[in-house]
Amino acid sequence: MAGLEDLYREIILDHYRNPRNRGELECPPAHRSEGFNPLCGDEVVLTFEMDGDVVTDLRVGGYGCSISQASASMMSAAVIGKTIDEIRDLTRSFKAMMSIHEESIGGDGSEALDGSGTGDSGSSTDGALRLGDLEALRGVVKFPVRIKCATLGWNALATGIDETVAAG
Amino acid sequence: MSAGASPEIDGAVKAQFPLLERSVHGRPIVYLDSAASSQKPTAVLDAMDDYYRTINANVHRGAYEIAAAATEQMEQARTDVARFISAPSADEIVFTKNATEAMNLVARSWGGSNLGPADAIVLTEMEHHANIVPWHILAAERGFEIRWIPITHDGCLDLTDLDRLLDGAKLLSVTAMSNVLGTLNPIGRLAAAAHEAGALLSVDASQYVPHLPTDVGELGADFMVFTGHKMCGPTGVGVLWARMELLDAMPPFLGGGEMILDVTKEGFRPNTVPHKFEAGTPPIAEIVGLGAAVRFLEGLGMDAVRAHDVSLTGYALRTLTDRHGDDITVHGPSEPAQRGGVLSFVYRDVHPHDISQVLDQSGVCVRAGHHCAKPLMRCLGVSATTRASLYVYNDTSDIDSLTEALDEVGALFGH
Repeated sequence: MAGLEDLYREIILDHYRNPRNRGELECPPAHRSEGFNPLCGDEVVLTFEMDGDVVTDLRVGGYGCSISQASASMMSAAVIGKTIDEIRDLTRSFKAMMSIHEESIGGDGSEALDGSGTGDSGSSTDGALRLGDLEALRGVVKFPVRIKCATLGWNALATGIDETVAAG
Repeated sequence: MSAGASPEIDGAVKAQFPLLERSVHGRPIVYLDSAASSQKPTAVLDAMDDYYRTINANVHRGAYEIAAAATEQMEQARTDVARFISAPSADEIVFTKNATEAMNLVARSWGGSNLGPADAIVLTEMEHHANIVPWHILAAERGFEIRWIPITHDGCLDLTDLDRLLDGAKLLSVTAMSNVLGTLNPIGRLAAAAHEAGALLSVDASQYVPHLPTDVGELGADFMVFTGHKMCGPTGVGVLWARMELLDAMPPFLGGGEMILDVTKEGFRPNTVPHKFEAGTPPIAEIVGLGAAVRFLEGLGMDAVRAHDVSLTGYALRTLTDRHGDDITVHGPSEPAQRGGVLSFVYRDVHPHDISQVLDQSGVCVRAGHHCAKPLMRCLGVSATTRASLYVYNDTSDIDSLTEALDEVGALFGH
């Protein structure tokens, strides 16, 4: 059975209690992107600065549950200093980790994802090498209703970067 | 409705709800989400099962035995529901899909033919989205004004400016009991003020009818909507009650079979009320189940149901505060007599999603979120709350489980 310790790993609680890169950058020059979860009213506001194709700074605002806040905090630590291509790659790996096949959920989720990643989608294996601390969020897939919490910030960042690229 | 002293609600009631025998995560289930949907007693499950096993046929057509029996069972439920809310006539009971559809019916049919650019309606800041969005949609088409009754800091309606808000308004549409705060609104006073101003009163009684003795005449309502699944009945069936003269004058809502007297290539003649508003094959088994739910609640006695709510709400307010002190804030009126058994609370600064997740591990089912009342959330200055809500099958041990499980939230998220 999936236990709370699978969801609330210590590193997640640490990011929740001590969020990294919290705040807001002045726009412009920074770019702004927002994400909403209409189910629970959670909201994430990202502001980020770019130099060429590198995200040089990023701040996380808004409010939400421990999972959405910790995931956005960990994301901010992971993407600052990275290029757009690297961030898109990381985002793909993270979302692959967060994607589940119906058959892997199984009833109350008891058989799914025991930590070895056997129930996960194949694409996450090499992604896992680079996800680092973000691996701690793997347990979220055992609690399907919380996946949207974990991906809230990532979706907002992907949208923000796409819009920035499109705007030239 | 039972008169005089009602028998107390005890553990024998809980035993009639089969789902409450199950466990989750290895713990006995503690169901505290009845404001979202109630559990179903054996009497309701059996009525629906019997209907499908022995009667199932389409209603209001077909002369054969079981078709007649299906019609009779459905119409018996209409009579039961009418009696339950003291409606003058069973023909004033319109079956819908849920309370939301019933409110959309009022907005589309009555609002669509009575509201224009010069008009105004009045809502309150504590409404469920089901009593907001249909009016927003209609207002965008027809251009009338929507005014709002504000709420006080303790979650009651602030009626200071009521007369000014109602001046020139055609409708006041208000919840009888908040699905977030549990607040019981002064419907009688609102009805008098609305009628004095020449406005009609529409009441969202989704939380009220399942929990309090209801008399539409006493309330002074012109329209009232509620839903089956919050009152021990099945999902898929709701009710609109309205005064016959209003229903008579209103145009049809949905078009199709059943709601017509005649159809030609040029047009149609609508059926009589209530069939005019019941297009297509109705949810027959669900209506039969709702009838059984009504008889189940009548068997308990609605006075006893209300007394049980008040007693258990008082116990919950005391216990939660005694155990958790300043760590917990319960929204809404502090006096159990002014509220129903709906307890929205904030625990420390822990997000409602996290609270409900931890409580779930103890088998405790509560709701986390905005409860389809985002304007109210903004008034309260929160994005979401955790909500525990009570019904006839809950007892003090359920409250104790909630209180104890909150300790685990504190242990996990404490600083």
